[in-house]
Amino acid sequence: MNTVIFLIMRRMRTPLLVILTVYTIAIIGITLMPGKDNEGNLWYMDFFHAFYFVSYMGSTIGFGEIPYEFSKLQRMWVIVSMYMTVIAWIYAIGALLALLQDKALRQTIIERQFASIVRNIHEPFYLICGYGDTGQALVIALEEKLMRSAVIEYRQERINVLTIENYPVYIPTLCADASKPIHLVEGGLKNINCAGVVAITDDNLANLHIAITAKLLRPELIVISRVDSHEVAANMDSFGTNYLINPFDIFARKLHTAIHTPDLLLLQECLTNSLNIESCEALSPPQQGLWVLCGYGRFGKAIYEQLKDVDNIKLVVIEAIPDRTGYPDKGEFINGRGTEAHTLQQAHIEQAVGIVAGTDDDVNNLSIVMTAKELNPKLFVVLRQNNTSNQIIFKAAKADIIMQPSKIIASRIRVLLTTPSLVNFMRIIKRSGKREWIRKLLQHIKKDILNDTKPNIWEVTINPEQAPTICAELAMNTSISLDCLLRNPRDRDNILECLPLLLIRNEKSILLPERTESLSIGDKILWCGKHGVAEWMEWALRDPVILTYLKTGKTVSLMSKFIHRIS
Amino acid sequence: MNFEKVIFGFFIVMALTLNFGFFIGDIDNPEHHHVYELAIAIFVNLVATILKFGDRSQVGAILLSTSLVADLQLLAAALVWGINAEITPEIMTSIVSLAGGAMLANVISVLLLVSETVLLRR
Repeated sequence: MNTVIFLIMRRMRTPLLVILTVYTIAIIGITLMPGKDNEGNLWYMDFFHAFYFVSYMGSTIGFGEIPYEFSKLQRMWVIVSMYMTVIAWIYAIGALLALLQDKALRQTIIERQFASIVRNIHEPFYLICGYGDTGQALVIALEEKLMRSAVIEYRQERINVLTIENYPVYIPTLCADASKPIHLVEGGLKNINCAGVVAITDDNLANLHIAITAKLLRPELIVISRVDSHEVAANMDSFGTNYLINPFDIFARKLHTAIHTPDLLLLQECLTNSLNIESCEALSPPQQGLWVLCGYGRFGKAIYEQLKDVDNIKLVVIEAIPDRTGYPDKGEFINGRGTEAHTLQQAHIEQAVGIVAGTDDDVNNLSIVMTAKELNPKLFVVLRQNNTSNQIIFKAAKADIIMQPSKIIASRIRVLLTTPSLVNFMRIIKRSGKREWIRKLLQHIKKDILNDTKPNIWEVTINPEQAPTICAELAMNTSISLDCLLRNPRDRDNILECLPLLLIRNEKSILLPERTESLSIGDKILWCGKHGVAEWMEWALRDPVILTYLKTGKTVSLMSKFIHRIS
Repeated sequence: MNFEKVIFGFFIVMALTLNFGFFIGDIDNPEHHHVYELAIAIFVNLVATILKFGDRSQVGAILLSTSLVADLQLLAAALVWGINAEITPEIMTSIVSLAGGAMLANVISVLLLVSETVLLRR
């Protein structure tokens, strides 16, 4: 049973005993005091009247002396009892109020409320641990897709931010340390509707703790964790955390892609962030020459690992405390902060083509960039932003790329939670590595499919929930091709403005499947198309009449079908 | 020696003894049953009830419920006494029989306490 009630009862023992004792003394006392009735006979108050009298006297209501006027002895006793009972009441009420204000008790009550709200969620939801900038961006993204989430965060002020955000879907929140397993269980870890746990606190060890708790209690659950250290990452990987998000690695790979295949990066950015391809500018960092890398911490190392083996690129590393960070194994190394002109000159900034300001101090990074730009205005600037509150000054710095960890993590997790196949798709085309082919694909998507509008990415799985009509047809051994889904339900000679990017069938992935590809149960198809197209496609997935029309061109009325069935 | 346990045992046993003291005597003879004894019995029973608050164990729950039964019966007896102006043998009979029921509950309470103590291994 619940601890709270026991706690209240246990702590109310003394106040209750005090009241009971005082009342008993007062009641027995008044029955013992001799009085006189109206005729002057000796009269003792009986227990019934004594209880009645003490009840209104103790609560200071005061109906007067009944049934007869009191004698002096009785009045003396009433004076004593009045002070006793009032003090007892004050003490008892004070104790009760103090108990209600008790921090531990309030926390228990809040936790119980949170747990019961989460227990009553009857649809898939994600448990998000940590509501920093990343958590906020992630919750907003999930809200847009009308997916539910529960949030655990240990800073009350962040919870307040969430409360005033007024999301359309209600989000239960708890202010507590998410690395404690009990709080994760309260957050619905054991609820069968919990679809995944996202550990994005700013503490690597807390994330590790969350990941291991989730994996031990619910091994089948998807666990996504933020991690910026390779040791912790290896640790998490060892017990099967599904996705490890390292913002520095992701960004470094992105920079590498930008240098190697700018079109691929453009495609990736537009599809993952749902941006208009037309409005996206292709980043074109210089593909050859000297790059200056300021800061050789976790971020610097990640960039260094990605760029060191690129042909035609030479790296110079600047680091103030190399004893702590270590030295790069090849390339030039300069000891210094990079904020002063002479250090940058030592690193041949005049001949450099690009600079990466990647220390863990925002002010230093800005200072590095401004000094470097003075010495060489044509530099390509990559700037690391550590703190979201510095957004305005970073915008003013006019860097070519700004690296914000929170944004990177949020967008990555959003894709993983909403359209996980997109990650596979990107991986496959990156591996294929044909620049010409990627450019053609980009142009095709931009001009023919999207018509310069924002893309919408969605997934369709051929199963009885999402595609009942197709499953029914397939069960009757009729073959259905992708073509049926691509045709417009209003006019089958028109084609919907969308493109199947990837078809996943039993661990096998088919890149850009043909229209003639026939479907089978369990297929997962990743689509990219204009906004609103997904709703049109829904017709073919749910309405058997429409599907027949799309397949054969014949229109069947529902009525004739009904007659056919009953005859 | 645990002082809390001493108090606890004291009140539970005393609830029974006072209850017994009130109950003993001719059932319809008001001379044999003193009103103050009933008053003190009610007080001690209520104290025993409060002392049983907040115990999470199974035995604790049963102890609390027996105590609540005893309180209810004794308060009913007091009510019957309070609302009747004159105490006739019939009324006395119903008061004492209510108190007798309360005594049964108190006996169970004491038995539980004793058996729990006996089962407790040092």
